[in-house]
Amino acid sequence: MENTDTSTSTVRRNSKRPRYSKFTQQELPACKPILTPRWVISAFMLISIVFIPIGVAALFASRDVVEIVDRYDSECIPANETDKVKYIQTPGEKSCNRTLTVPKRMKPPIFVYYQLDNFYQNHRRYVKSRNDQQLRDSKEANSVSGCKPEDFNNGSVIVPCGLIAWSLFNDTYSLSRNNITLNVSKKDISWKSDREHKFGKDVYPKNFQSGGLIGGGILDPNIPLSEQEDLIVWMRTAALPNFRKLYGKMEVELQENDVIDVTLGNNYNTYSFNGKKKLVLSTTSWLGGKNDFLGIAYLTVGGLCFFLAMAFTVVYLVKPRQLGDPSYLSWNRNPGWR
Amino acid sequence: MMARVRRRDGIEFSKLYSFVCCKVDKWRPEVGGPGFTRVVYCKEPEGSEAMMNNYPNNYVRTTKYTLVTFLPKSLFEQFRRVANFFFLITGTLAWTKFAPYTAVSAAIPLIVVIGAAMIKEGIEDCQRYRQDVEINSRKVQVHVGNGNFVYTKWKNLKVGDVVKIKKDEFFPADLLLLSSCYEDAICYVETMNLDGETNLKLKQGLEVTSEFNSDDSFKQFRAIVRCEDPNAHLYSFVGTLELEGGQYPLSAKQILLRDSKLRNTDYVFGAVIFTGHDTKVVQNSTAPPSKRSSLERKMDRIIYLLFLIVFSMAAIGSIFFGIWTKDDLENGTMKRWYLRPDNSTIYFDPKRAPLAALCHFLTTLMLYGYFIPISLYVSIEIVKVFQSMFINQDIHMYYEDADRPANARTSNLSEELGQVDTILSDKTGTLTCNIMEFVKCSIAGRAYGHGVTEVERAMARRKGPPVQQTKANSYDHLDNSGEAKPVIKGFNFYDERIMNGNWVHEPRPDVIHLFLQLLALCHTAVPDVDENTGKISYETESPDESAFVVAARELGFEFCQRTQTTISVRELDPLSGEKIRRVYQLLNILEFNSTRKRMSVIVRQEDGKLILLSKGADSVMFERLTKKKGWDFEDATKAHVNEYADAGLRTLILAYRELDEEEYKNFNQRFNAAKNAIGADRDDLIEEITETIEKDLVLLGATAVEDKLQNGVPECIDKLAQAGIKIWVITGDKLETAINIGFACRLLRQKMKQIIISLETPDIQEIEKAGDKLDISRASANSVLHQITQGWQMVDVSKENPEEEFALIVDGKSLTYALGADMKDMFLKLALGCSSVICCRSSPKQKALVTRMVKLGTRKTTLAIGDGANDVGMLQEADIGIGISGVEGMQAVMSSDVAIAQFCYLERLLLVHGHWCYRRISTMICYFFYKNIIFGFSLFLYEMNTSFSGQPAYNDWFLSLYNVFFSSLPVIALGVFDQDVSPKICLKYPMLYQEGVQNVLFSWTRILGWMFNGFSSAIMIYFLSTKALEPQAFNAQGHTAGRDILGATMYTSVVWAINLQMAISFSYYNAIQHICIWGTIAFWYFFMVVYGFLNPVRSTTAYKIFIESLAPSPAFWLLTLFVSITTLIPYFTFSAIKAKFFPMYHQWILRQISKEGRLANKENRSRDHGS
Repeated sequence: MENTDTSTSTVRRNSKRPRYSKFTQQELPACKPILTPRWVISAFMLISIVFIPIGVAALFASRDVVEIVDRYDSECIPANETDKVKYIQTPGEKSCNRTLTVPKRMKPPIFVYYQLDNFYQNHRRYVKSRNDQQLRDSKEANSVSGCKPEDFNNGSVIVPCGLIAWSLFNDTYSLSRNNITLNVSKKDISWKSDREHKFGKDVYPKNFQSGGLIGGGILDPNIPLSEQEDLIVWMRTAALPNFRKLYGKMEVELQENDVIDVTLGNNYNTYSFNGKKKLVLSTTSWLGGKNDFLGIAYLTVGGLCFFLAMAFTVVYLVKPRQLGDPSYLSWNRNPGWR
Repeated sequence: MMARVRRRDGIEFSKLYSFVCCKVDKWRPEVGGPGFTRVVYCKEPEGSEAMMNNYPNNYVRTTKYTLVTFLPKSLFEQFRRVANFFFLITGTLAWTKFAPYTAVSAAIPLIVVIGAAMIKEGIEDCQRYRQDVEINSRKVQVHVGNGNFVYTKWKNLKVGDVVKIKKDEFFPADLLLLSSCYEDAICYVETMNLDGETNLKLKQGLEVTSEFNSDDSFKQFRAIVRCEDPNAHLYSFVGTLELEGGQYPLSAKQILLRDSKLRNTDYVFGAVIFTGHDTKVVQNSTAPPSKRSSLERKMDRIIYLLFLIVFSMAAIGSIFFGIWTKDDLENGTMKRWYLRPDNSTIYFDPKRAPLAALCHFLTTLMLYGYFIPISLYVSIEIVKVFQSMFINQDIHMYYEDADRPANARTSNLSEELGQVDTILSDKTGTLTCNIMEFVKCSIAGRAYGHGVTEVERAMARRKGPPVQQTKANSYDHLDNSGEAKPVIKGFNFYDERIMNGNWVHEPRPDVIHLFLQLLALCHTAVPDVDENTGKISYETESPDESAFVVAARELGFEFCQRTQTTISVRELDPLSGEKIRRVYQLLNILEFNSTRKRMSVIVRQEDGKLILLSKGADSVMFERLTKKKGWDFEDATKAHVNEYADAGLRTLILAYRELDEEEYKNFNQRFNAAKNAIGADRDDLIEEITETIEKDLVLLGATAVEDKLQNGVPECIDKLAQAGIKIWVITGDKLETAINIGFACRLLRQKMKQIIISLETPDIQEIEKAGDKLDISRASANSVLHQITQGWQMVDVSKENPEEEFALIVDGKSLTYALGADMKDMFLKLALGCSSVICCRSSPKQKALVTRMVKLGTRKTTLAIGDGANDVGMLQEADIGIGISGVEGMQAVMSSDVAIAQFCYLERLLLVHGHWCYRRISTMICYFFYKNIIFGFSLFLYEMNTSFSGQPAYNDWFLSLYNVFFSSLPVIALGVFDQDVSPKICLKYPMLYQEGVQNVLFSWTRILGWMFNGFSSAIMIYFLSTKALEPQAFNAQGHTAGRDILGATMYTSVVWAINLQMAISFSYYNAIQHICIWGTIAFWYFFMVVYGFLNPVRSTTAYKIFIESLAPSPAFWLLTLFVSITTLIPYFTFSAIKAKFFPMYHQWILRQISKEGRLANKENRSRDHGS
């Protein structure tokens, strides 16, 4: 009894009563959305209202783009060559002529791409086989870590080292219309940040493709890496085994049914791993190249949401919930719980 | 030297206890021998001999770590978790060539996560450290020479110091009591912190030291103590004191234990025997059993499942990788020549393809490690800290009267509070206040006291008005007026016939006189006189006792002083009618214990007459009454006792006996001998001897005290029952009392069918009388089995009719058999078929056994709630132990997981906090798996397209910061804040609680559903992104999307998807949650920008990715919008359909409420319109 007396007297002085705050009492102002049919229907409606116009716009953008794709890997092997790999590996001029017909008027700029299929630029061994230090800094020429086996050539470092650079794509295209050569510019085909920061202005190729096994293209040792845009494009490795990379740009307008003659230097070996090679000419829209997928996807999902909104509306109208019917409760239906 | 000591020691003992010397010798360990090596030089802690002993200092450390051990020990703790260990291994492997990402990026999240957990540990330990410092810096007076005492800190005490302790101070170490302010060197000690008992214990110093009771007297004091080594036995001590050439034995009676408190004594002097970690209380402290919630155990299983998925994915990937790698080089010709398979490293070497595959397996294990949520544990811990803070801070669970807020002592069980299936509750002090009020008594066959108890009121309600007792009716008004609070605590008795000295006019004043004398004498209370007012209050062992002495005081027998040998009572002299002070010689106290169930004192009255006064439970008292038919009111008393028990009162039978000198002398000798005997059979010996004197008692009457139900208990039990929680009450009460309390607290309801299993049947009693133990147990077992079977048949038959409810009432004896291995299952089955179960007359051990049976038998969550030391076993056995911080000390609270002040707070603790915590944690865990599966599986899908080479889709730092920065905050916010419904609704619809009990929010379907959602979202994100981005130009400038762009875009979609998913699964948004969600998304963009500005050697593929490539491209924005919305549609549709056709209970409630609100609004509007 005495005990409680003393404790009550201490209460007054030093109470342990929790201090009230909205935070500790978990009474912070909050909104509590309930998933009501009205809410659900309007959410679906909103999605469809936003998605369908975007889908239409995206589809239009994609349809605006004119694209010519020409697969040439097998056609560019002479008919009498049975061993394609051997053919491509023998040194020498391997030119090949292709003609393309323009299906629709193409407004400049027209982009020239090469497309490789079944080429694993994203393979871990491949992706890692480069040295960013060496590429951007002439003083770091000796940093070749990670570049094996393309790091040294007869004891001297290779610049740029690594498998990526070594396997540089080296097919060449020269395009002409009505025997007039179309100028394909290689300027600004890479990302600006790559040119300015990742590849040094004073880094020059050294010992590149100069011995041992020759991989892909060669580089002019007198041009700094920052101006070797083919290399820069190639070095930004592709995400998937089927990829397209910029070859160049043309600032001419092509008319419908124009015939374009392409003289190909078929040098790059995709035959040993059954890869395809394609030449692509394409214009772009605000959304990029030709791909209906995004537009169709937007339309599909927008339509689906519209359908769901309708379905929920119908259900809501046909079968409104009775007030106070707990038999709907999910666990009441499940007798197995006891 | 040692031999001499032993011999002399032996002499001492034989002199004192000659009659039992052989026994003592046999048991008594040899001081100075092994285990008894301690030598304490009193007053010379710094003497050369004392220094050699090298005893620890008095600093007591309760912290888990020290500065030195913190790092290794807490690291070890962290890595004991499987997931963390996994990450440790992958983190270590990350420094090798196996790693698909850079090592630093892999180490950072691990460091953050482990670091956060360690900081939490550190902070907790720091708090403990601060407490330690506070305690160890308390001041105590210590002798410094020449009889001077100065204050010093506790931690500076050394073995051998002589200290002076003042009233109400704690003892700083284990002390040898030398002397006190009393001449006979006694002192009173409260041991609440040790064993939870609130009564005062008497300690007495040796006679030879009692003269050293002033500061100056210690000038000459010099002594040596030889005693046992430190041990954990609180109630034993063996040693000898060497003082001025003599040797004196020491026992536990002279030992003052650390952490107990000096009471009712002005000061004592003591010598320090054990310090610091040698003290008995520290030796005694054991770590409480660590409990893990079932949710977390299930979570571990899910993590194992994820490990399985990761391992199998890695295995599949490795096989494909091996095949394709081998394929690259065929007879010296290279297929994928750009990979230089002819000159490869071990990881990619086609010539050693199986080995490469094996390495690859390790690599992908690291990569797919993102399936395992690294930050899950630490996030849960953070959330739980908040949750326990919410529990501690809840103003609705703060008990004003005792100034006690709720206290979640372990934070890791909060979600378990939402899943309780069975509550096992103690009664006294838990359901009731444990404040006893003397309400009725029966003296000489006449019943006194008009109070109406709550149980009687409940009974009256039950029976309906017509049968209401007239007695109850006529005094209702009286009772109501005094109901608010009895004026005198512990006394709620009103009967003008015996109050104010009127009892002398009753038919049997002699009996009443003895009755009241007994109340004033037969107890162990200590009076405490308030110096200012002269009023007397009492320190008692139990609230019952307090009620008795208070009743005696109020009825004119004021117990006013106790010395070692006397009790003084100011009492009314029936002849003169005046108050006179009488002093009774207190000769013996035959103490109360749970087997004896009675207590007696032997006193010599002033006129020299010897009487034994005895009080005890009816079961033991009636059989000890004299068979001589002197006073013929045994039957009437029995009837009254039954009536009182029906009214939910605790009854005791009071009886006395006159002793003649010869008998007493004989008894006293044997009793003292037994008391001084030390050994296992000591208690039996005492029991045997007391039996001989506590017989042929003459009945005086019976008392009835009421233990009032706590406020709100019936309502709370009602709510909990509505919530579908089964409640078992396990009590030491009698069957009838228990049943009546059951009705009073609405545990039993009128429409329930009672199944009573009891061994109080005539035929069993018949066999018991015969006394063959084997027969008894066989017959009892059979009888119990029979009763259980019968009960089960009843329950089984009525299964078709869910309306019918059963209540099972078992008594302690039957429980012993029912808990046996052969009957356990059957009994449990029966008990589970009943809505309420009451076990009465059960011992603490049975409480724990019953708890274990329910826990293991049902495999559901059990909660035990109790307040006393006898509930500790139960609290530790149950999944959750709740301690009531009430009257009975702190023992229960110390071993509980959550402490609350009142039973009724259980309602809020479970239905609101428990429900929320369960909901939050389970949703959180599901969500964690979801978000990591999205991430991990998108990595897998991409890696599949890199010919399983182990190349991650995302930049290294994107990868490593995912768990820590871009996905954790919103989940933690969910865990801290989410509420499905408000507390008011939680309490209004208790059925909601079943969500947790049935574990609907963490069922395998739900977990797998979330996982499936993760997989499907990952597939959508991957395919939609790649199909839309590849292979055409990505922007108007004709650039195509490389690995960098695809990775960043997918990552952006993932961040959006998981955070939006979070947003639509919230049912409650406050500002902080908004900040967490939108802030995380915004932070991702911010991070991309900042990270993009780092040196390209650091940022690699992320260099200026956002500024230069992504932001200017409409394709990026349209794609991320599309992907993140689309991934949500399946879930959204699913939950919309579910809410429509299979709503969860809380959704149904909310809809109902909003509909009601709308209807009410409409009505209001139309009314307004009409008027």
